[in-house]
Amino acid sequence: MDQKFIFAGFGGQGVMLMGQLITYAGMFEDLEVSWLPSYGPEMRGGTANCSVIVSDREVASPVISYDATTVVAMNLPSMDKFEEEVEKGGKLFVNSSLIERKSVRDDIDVYYIDANDVAVELGNAKAANMVMLGAILEITKVVSPEAVLKALEKIFGTAKAHLIPLNEEALKRGAQLVK
Amino acid sequence: MAKVLMKGNEAIGAAAINAGCRYFFGYPITPQNELPEYMSRELPKVGGVFVQAESEVAAINMVYGAAGSGVRVMTSSSSPGIALKQEGISYIAGAELPAVIVNIVRGGPGLGSIQPSQSDYNQSTRGGGDGDYHLLVYAPANIQEMVDLLQDAFDKADYYRNPVMVMGDGMIGQMMEPVEFKERPEVDLPAKDWAATGTEGKRAPNVINSLFLKPEELEDHNIRLTEKYDIMKNNEQRWETYNMEKPEIICVAYGTTARIVKSAIDTLKGEGIEIGLIRPITVWPFPEKAFVELPESAKMFLSVEMSMGQMIDDIKIVNQGRLPVEFYGRSGGMIPSPDGVVGKIRALLGGAK
Repeated sequence: MDQKFIFAGFGGQGVMLMGQLITYAGMFEDLEVSWLPSYGPEMRGGTANCSVIVSDREVASPVISYDATTVVAMNLPSMDKFEEEVEKGGKLFVNSSLIERKSVRDDIDVYYIDANDVAVELGNAKAANMVMLGAILEITKVVSPEAVLKALEKIFGTAKAHLIPLNEEALKRGAQLVK
Repeated sequence: MAKVLMKGNEAIGAAAINAGCRYFFGYPITPQNELPEYMSRELPKVGGVFVQAESEVAAINMVYGAAGSGVRVMTSSSSPGIALKQEGISYIAGAELPAVIVNIVRGGPGLGSIQPSQSDYNQSTRGGGDGDYHLLVYAPANIQEMVDLLQDAFDKADYYRNPVMVMGDGMIGQMMEPVEFKERPEVDLPAKDWAATGTEGKRAPNVINSLFLKPEELEDHNIRLTEKYDIMKNNEQRWETYNMEKPEIICVAYGTTARIVKSAIDTLKGEGIEIGLIRPITVWPFPEKAFVELPESAKMFLSVEMSMGQMIDDIKIVNQGRLPVEFYGRSGGMIPSPDGVVGKIRALLGGAK
């Protein structure tokens, strides 16, 4: 069973990190994983995105092409670009704090998450990606929140360890939004 | 050792240091910059040397010099940068020195693009520099294989006294996958008694040179090199096969493109359509042994590449006229999708009925 994610937003929203956390967590849970970033001049100030595949067998193509099981749009240009990449019956997570329009798709499940607003309530707007990730984990069950926290500890190291409680809280709030 | 999650370019650096590489000379170019960045950070920690040269030409000549002293040395670049290095690569091959060259291929010709491509196939397999020489060229399909082959590359370079190229594309350089650095068995390699390390007054000097002014001497040199390449052709072919029991079409694809083809094969298998894959792991020598006996069910070959079809000639040579050779490819930094490959296969099968 493959889960194929596209995470997209603008540079600084932490979309690469969201993808990496699921990739790390998948590896910790002995699943096969790949993380493929977009790269190039468009990353500076423009949209950034990464494709993540989590599977119980060897990942064949790391490229997602109109067969994403989940697309995460953190800003409007990302939604405009990737909404159509969700496969039929797939899931679209919309950061409704920054995206006013609704999805035009009627063959997928759409989740509107006020990621930035909730993060601001928690005291740090930068945690919007973790609010979103909490919701994604709750719905897709792709990896456990515990494995994501372990991945977070790995990526943050000791220098940013003090930020882990805030991120953990953001993950929980995100999950509550879709429970 | 446990698996770690690493970006392809960084995994190359870690594998090289693991293999005993202590010297790296390079010049920045996307999409391989994480590799020199990694080496600049990690090599000093193990007593190694990293130099960012003033140009690709300078970098490859530093590799030439270091290799001449018998140390394990590597350089890396991407397509236009590798083009600039061809003169030095030819000299290193001519002087019979071991070195490892990494090419993280991007779209061309010229400056091209910075996106993934496989359009340096001819450059790597035909000899991009002057003279009768060959590189051993590995084309890994995933980061684990890249790490394993990179370490093999240093052993093979030493064993054959020949430059070895590891060719990936922008995708494998940039992506992250779990990788394990396995314990490697010690390889028995000949002593580097040819290296220019100082005579201490005890022996005649070793001369590192690719110039032979007497035609008889150069011809002898060329004959000896060719004998070496023949041994490499016989002993170093590597490939993987996939779903080759009763395929209607045999795809031939290498590197990350082969993974995309595998996805297409799995999709079609679900519909009862059998498609096989021969994946060259060495593109020089081309794995002709994989093509000697073909399943009787096979109606044609399909070369799938991120180029305009540079591998077709090699397939035609080993095919020896037995089956038609078709082509599907994307170029310029566009990546073939599994759907695109499936579509091409459907069209070919429709036409074959």
